[in-house]
Amino acid sequence: MDLTPHLPALQVIVPMLSAPLVLLLKPRGLAWAGATAASVLSFAIALNMALIVVDGGRLHYDMGGWAAPYGIELSVGAFSALVLLIVTGAAAAAMIAARPSIDRQIEAGRQPLFYSAWLLALAGLAGIAVSADAFNIFVFMEISSLASYILIAGGPDRRALPAVFKYLIMGTIGATFYLIGVGLVYMMTGTLNLADMEARIVNVTDINPILVAAGFITIGLALKAAVFPLHVWLPNAYTHAPHMVTVFLAACATKVAIYVLIRFDFFVFQANLENHSLQFSLFLMPLALMGILVASAVAMFEGHIKRLLAMSSVAQIGYIILGASFITEAGLTAAAAHMFNHALAKGGLFLAIAGLACHYRDLRLDQLAGAARSMPWTAAALVICGFSLIGVPGTAGFISKWLLIDAAMDEGGLAWLLVAIIIISSLMALAYIWRIVETLYFRPAVEEPAPGEAPLQLLLVTWLVALANIFFGLFPQFPLALASAAAQLLMRHTL
Amino acid sequence: MSADNAIVLALCVPLLTAVGIQLAGRISDNLREAVTLTGAAALAWVVWGMLPALFAGARPEFTVGELLPGIGIAFTVEPLGMLFAALASGLWIINSVYSIGYMRGNKEKHQTRFYTCFALALSATIGIAFAGNLLTLFLCYELLTLSTYPLVAHKGDEATIRSARVYLGILLCTSIGLLLPAILWTYHVAGHGDFTAGGILEGHIAGADVGLLLALFVFGIGKAAVMPVHRWLPAAMVAPTPVSALLHAVAVVKAGVFSVTKVIVYIFGVDFLFATPSSGWLVYAAAFTIIAASLVALRQQNLKRLLAYSTIAQLSYVVMAAAVLKPLAEIGAAVHMVAHAFGKITLFFAAGAIYTAAKKTELGQLRGIGRRMPWTMAAFTIGALSMIGVPPTAGFVSKWYILAGAFEANNLLAIFTIIASTALNAIYFLPIVFAAWFYNEQPGGTPHGEAPPLVVIALCTTALLTLGFFFFNGPVIELENQLVEGMLP
Amino acid sequence: MNLLELLGYFNYWVFAVVLSVGLYTVIAKINLVKKLIGLSIFQSAVFLMYITMDKVEGGTAPIIQKGMENQIYSNPLPQVLILTAIVVGVSTLALGLAIVVRIFEAYGTIEEDEILDAD
Repeated sequence: MDLTPHLPALQVIVPMLSAPLVLLLKPRGLAWAGATAASVLSFAIALNMALIVVDGGRLHYDMGGWAAPYGIELSVGAFSALVLLIVTGAAAAAMIAARPSIDRQIEAGRQPLFYSAWLLALAGLAGIAVSADAFNIFVFMEISSLASYILIAGGPDRRALPAVFKYLIMGTIGATFYLIGVGLVYMMTGTLNLADMEARIVNVTDINPILVAAGFITIGLALKAAVFPLHVWLPNAYTHAPHMVTVFLAACATKVAIYVLIRFDFFVFQANLENHSLQFSLFLMPLALMGILVASAVAMFEGHIKRLLAMSSVAQIGYIILGASFITEAGLTAAAAHMFNHALAKGGLFLAIAGLACHYRDLRLDQLAGAARSMPWTAAALVICGFSLIGVPGTAGFISKWLLIDAAMDEGGLAWLLVAIIIISSLMALAYIWRIVETLYFRPAVEEPAPGEAPLQLLLVTWLVALANIFFGLFPQFPLALASAAAQLLMRHTL
Repeated sequence: MSADNAIVLALCVPLLTAVGIQLAGRISDNLREAVTLTGAAALAWVVWGMLPALFAGARPEFTVGELLPGIGIAFTVEPLGMLFAALASGLWIINSVYSIGYMRGNKEKHQTRFYTCFALALSATIGIAFAGNLLTLFLCYELLTLSTYPLVAHKGDEATIRSARVYLGILLCTSIGLLLPAILWTYHVAGHGDFTAGGILEGHIAGADVGLLLALFVFGIGKAAVMPVHRWLPAAMVAPTPVSALLHAVAVVKAGVFSVTKVIVYIFGVDFLFATPSSGWLVYAAAFTIIAASLVALRQQNLKRLLAYSTIAQLSYVVMAAAVLKPLAEIGAAVHMVAHAFGKITLFFAAGAIYTAAKKTELGQLRGIGRRMPWTMAAFTIGALSMIGVPPTAGFVSKWYILAGAFEANNLLAIFTIIASTALNAIYFLPIVFAAWFYNEQPGGTPHGEAPPLVVIALCTTALLTLGFFFFNGPVIELENQLVEGMLP
Repeated sequence: MNLLELLGYFNYWVFAVVLSVGLYTVIAKINLVKKLIGLSIFQSAVFLMYITMDKVEGGTAPIIQKGMENQIYSNPLPQVLILTAIVVGVSTLALGLAIVVRIFEAYGTIEEDEILDAD
């Protein structure tokens, strides 16, 4: 049987159906194996679809055989394929590596529940990326959010609880804003299908409700995506979550929200609303720039390694939004490529930190002094991913930063300001990564006797991701092809 | 062995040497130093082996790969880079001999790390010399900065770490903050950054932008130490003397002026810059640096710091020569890189020898030392004469070419600066030499003799090179004549 | 816009007021349970908006019966949608309350300022 036409549906169904099955697997080794198998299978599906759509193609799937716009349509293009690769890749890599870390942080009895929530989060995030239906996106968004709240609150750190409560409140407000926007668009067009909306908005006579809808949707999704200054939920949630959950969510959760933001704005509003591109840029570009500078500056003086990197995530989200706010093909390519590369870098960094956390209970920087001597491999992987985060040539991060600066140079009068800000923030990134390097390598160790290396399973995956950072820095063709196909597709929907 | 393969080999030999040093360091010190010497000799053999092909007009190339369309890692050998690589690899042998004597004589710690980083730095230097485009140059430039950091911070005490941080901070911040935007700008307007004869920017950029881009390049290449980006060089003097000698008199600083020259010749294009008035400021900046650094050198009491400021001044000779934008001056720039390298490495070797034998670092302590260390001070004298530019030393040759270029360009400022700085050089070097030979030693000093034999051998060799270059500079001139021919598109 | 027209948008005024009340409660209250109550009010406003917009003047329940095919029906889709959204809202509320219980176990309080002081 040829499964190819069913891949978009399988992408969601596999993790979603595995979630209750994993619950039944009481021995925790089996539960882990089940969750890993489902995550890896999802990754295989995503990779398969990415290979199909990389040339600009598109996969359609009508749920239950009902044709769009009446039925629920799933659709996978280059952009969604890229996001799916990030989501499933992060889930699979983190899941394979997870066991030693999870065993330390989650009681044995609750582990099947934990893995089940993990798969639900994966199903939700993948569902967002494959849906072509505005309301369906909302449902999947909430599935993934609810599951992530559970995951973040699942660890032994009690500080995670207030953090996750804040995340829950802000996340729900964001999702509800999105729902209001969708309702208003539906009221004026009578459809929920994104492509159909685009076609019908042209005929709407009273455009004001659509403008209001655009505002609600953009702000709601910006909340979910942690765009500065709506990012306040993110640092604590990432810092106190179980380490493996941080790996998974930091690599992909906010990027999926950015994906919806960009897709909705470009598919539905951009082509139909006069001056929308200007409003979109005027709203997002200053926020992106402020986010880049402020978050980087905060990260420079942060003492907890996980919170430092969480703040850096806020800055990196700024880069992605900045690229999108140019509304040019070059800018969107840079934004999409940066999603991929940042997921690689940040995922690798948090994996390495999960390794450190196996021996260091306290992850404040001053406690980690001299860790490179006892854990040389973990520290080296951390440095490689850190270089990628800075954008050192030869690593993946360099490619997207180069593209971003190249795109910024086309911005006429603003070009110099933009380039200057990107360069300054890169220097700041250098400063905070160098702080970590200096602490790990050049400071005398606090604890004696020194602990050993991270568990092999975790270490191997960490190195795999670190090497992927180098590989995609030297051979970026595949993600770049996806990114530029995505950008071309999006630009076709502009005025 | 084809010349294309030789590029790969030249890049890999120091890397392999570094690995070998690490492994050998666990077995025995003698083996480790044998590996260092073998690696240095092998590198020189490979690099010098490429010379005949270059003389025959070949331009070996090696492309590693393209990251993005038009943006790749590639290496090309051309006369200027060949000269730089030949210089660095040749002096590495002598410097290794010297290092062994110095490090053992001073019983330094972490010697394995020292030799390893040294080899890595050499690999980066060769990468800079052979870089085929701006991105490759940038990559190797940063590698050189990073690999020399542990060398500067070698001693590991608080003051050293602070100096090393100044070193790293200035070099990294200028390169990322200024050089990288300049490179991005170049790629953006020209579509690529390959070093091309005649330049690539003509027609893509005009007016005041040219001056601005040139400023980004010149100050971004902090290793060229054009004021005010010079503070790192005195800071780097906390390193052991072999590091100061090879890296901070030859490899690192020459990488800076080499990059500036290469950017002027192959990115801007000499004729294009000459026709653009907004680039004229560079001669002034270089002239200011020469005079100011010489004046600061006059006030120094520490020998190595004096040499550092003298280096800053001498580097700007090269920058100024390149900025005069005439063929003879470009030859002068290339020749001065060689001439200054021979002279300054001799001076640093002598300073290190004095430290090893007598633990003396201040100028006031050097009275009468010529009688205790005749070989060292003879070499020092030759080096000092070369700095001043007195025949028959290497410094005379390069100054001659630079002056000739300045006359050709009718650049009175350059001519005046060279004359004035020659006088200043004489004022701060000759009293040291005079005091060392003709004054009586201060009473109460501990008696000492010459430095260890390996050290003396090394510094006499470089002193002989300084003298020899005055008589046998034909091949260098011939090679760099090709550079001048290559300047025409 | 005259008074009648304003009154014609009656349902949206209610929506806006309830929405604001909910949002205000979420932001202003320090007690975590009160915050959740505010969140529920906030979401209810959106349910109201969806449900009231499907009303078609003179329309009846959208059930097709034999012999009455030409009836005017209200739009069933928003109702279906909001049923899903209500389920989502209830789950969120349940999860939120569960977290509040855990917070109480861990900190011994559900006042936000006291929790912040505790860490």
